[in-house]
Parts: sequence; structure tokens; C-alpha cells
Amino acid sequence: MAKLKCGQLTGKVVGDKDETSKTEEPAKAKEEKMTKIMVGRKAPDFEAPAYVNGEIKMVKLSDYLGKWVVLCFYPGDYTFV
Amino acid sequence: MGVEVLAISVDSPFVHKSWQENELSKMVDGGVPYPLLSDGSGRIGAEYGVYDEEAGVDVRGRFIIDPDGVVQSMEVMTPPVGRNVMELIRQIQAYQHVRESGETEATPAGWKPGKPTLKPGPDLVGKVYEVWKTENAF
Repeated sequence: MAKLKCGQLTGKVVGDKDETSKTEEPAKAKEEKMTKIMVGRKAPDFEAPAYVNGEIKMVKLSDYLGKWVVLCFYPGDYTFV
Repeated sequence: MGVEVLAISVDSPFVHKSWQENELSKMVDGGVPYPLLSDGSGRIGAEYGVYDEEAGVDVRGRFIIDPDGVVQSMEVMTPPVGRNVMELIRQIQAYQHVRESGETEATPAGWKPGKPTLKPGPDLVGKVYEVWKTENAF
């Protein structure tokens, strides 16, 4: 099984062209780059471990660029609604 | 409609596997056909404004993201009330229609495919009542 990281933000928005030096940025600069969630603005990008078709692998939001996406947060597995 | 669904909660991928195999597959043949993502730390939910720190969970938050990565719609709800899938589909149809028109058209309240759209411009100012009736909202 591929090594999995925890779900984390990439510090960029979806479609951000600059993909370099993502880990070397000083925390402050990184914070400034983060956009607050807002309609009409780019979605914050992230990468998270996922269960997909019987496999566990990393899924990155920006890999879906070019497609319509519905992102659904929900309170928990094995709950009721 | 060509839409990808991503579901995300603070549960681990292993719990997602168990839930898919033991419960979801009994509701939907073969289980749900979309990825179940794990936001174990709640950091992703926090960035999207849906992480409840006290409860330690992501509340019900639904975001429509267009092919350019732009958030077009969001809906955030407390846990006990479920979403309305028909309204989600209606919104996607409306956003896709607007995009296909090159954003020359807008969809008024209650719009569904087949109902009249509006073409915003100087000629329409103060004349919406001529082309759009209140009944169209329902």
C-alpha cells in the first residue's frame, strides 16, 4: 500500500499554477496565500487519504480541475442522517 | 451531468471501508460510487468553515466547484437535517447553463431547465417584470 499522509491543505487554491517550493515557504507567507472560503473565489486545495473502489489512496482536489465537483462534508460514518 | 462527487469526514479511510462494506453497500448496490476522503485533523474542514472544534467533526457542508476550481455555491447545515439532492441537481443545472451561455444568461429564482432565463443588460433594467413572473419562482 502506498504511504499515506494525513489530510492536509496544500496552501494553494485549485488551479494555482505555481506548484514549486510548497514545503519551503515560511508559515506567514503561506498563511497570506490561503484564501478564506468564498463563492466566486478559487477553492482551497487539499490532499487527503481516501477509500476509493476498494483501495486506499491519496486524492487531491486540484486533480479534478476541468471537471465539476460536488464536495460534501458530513459529520460521520455510522451516524444517522 | 458530468459531476464528480467527493465525500469527506473526519473518519479514517479504514472506517470508510468498513462503513461502505457493512452499511452503504446495503443501501446502494456495490456501495457509493464516489471517493470517501478522510479529514482526520479537521484542518480541511476548518479551511472550508465547516469544522466544529467542540464536536470534533465536520458539519454538513456542500460546495459546488466549477471546472476552473471556483466555488460557485455552498450550503452549510447542522447535523440533524439532511440535504436535498433535487436542489443540488437544480443548482448544478443552473450553473452549467450559465457557464454554457458564456455567462450572458442568468437564472432567476426557481429556475429549472426549460424555464426562461434573463439576459442582463441595459435593456432589461426596470423591465424584469415584463419577462419574468412571480409564478416562475415555484
